[in-house]
Amino acid sequence: MTVTKSETLPIRSGDDVVRVRQQVRALAIDIGLGLVDQTKIITAASELARNTLDYGGGGEVRAEIVQAGTRKGLRLTFEDQGPGIADIEQAMTDHYTSGKGLGLGLGGAKRLSNEFHIESTSGVGTRVTIARWK
Amino acid sequence: MDRIPILKLGGTLIVTIQVDMHDRLALALEEDLTAMIVRTGARGVLIEISALEIVDSFIGRMLVSIAAVSRVLDAETVVAGMRPAVAITLVELGLELTGIRTALNVERGMAMVQARLVEEGDGHGSSRDGHEE
Repeated sequence: MTVTKSETLPIRSGDDVVRVRQQVRALAIDIGLGLVDQTKIITAASELARNTLDYGGGGEVRAEIVQAGTRKGLRLTFEDQGPGIADIEQAMTDHYTSGKGLGLGLGGAKRLSNEFHIESTSGVGTRVTIARWK
Repeated sequence: MDRIPILKLGGTLIVTIQVDMHDRLALALEEDLTAMIVRTGARGVLIEISALEIVDSFIGRMLVSIAAVSRVLDAETVVAGMRPAVAITLVELGLELTGIRTALNVERGMAMVQARLVEEGDGHGSSRDGHEE
């Protein structure tokens, strides 16, 4: 799998979340995702960017266009240096929330993506990677 | 600070969301709508979202919250014009728009709100039988 394009965006404010959505939309169109797939990956990105902001205390996202053979995909890696998630399994459960949210962010983002990977260490931070393939 | 305009048409408040919602805008809309329901005595709130490219849990929560507050103030909320791709995504995301009525488009949404106003006779007359008096 090769990375053909990569950019990093900060997630420090609500406005940044909007910018992440716009950038993800541009990249999704770039690789030719259909309207429904575009909407899914943008929505997943929005959920994860907000998690990064609200629970991770801010961070960044790396957005990459990846190619595996003839398939193109969009891969997004959200990273923060926040408190981390003590119990990932619990955090993935729908309607579980440690804050003011609806608790759909992680589970929802997973359902909206083709690939989902999460790593988190207490006191170090959290990294969530999702991908959507054309 | 930019705000989303609210129109009043009879007993209904109409909002068209045309911009990418961010936190402050969402909070301002909720506050403005609430104040305007009280000021005008509106019985219906119609929120038109056909321009929205996504509804994530943040925007969903805003809509649910507006509907809940409106209901407490005796106004019903109808969300109209959701894009098909948004509807599909919303279901997969697992978001339930609790307490919100939805309409395919603004015309049907308006009909829903109007139906409620007519049903209740706009506060006078014979059609109120069975009410609390």
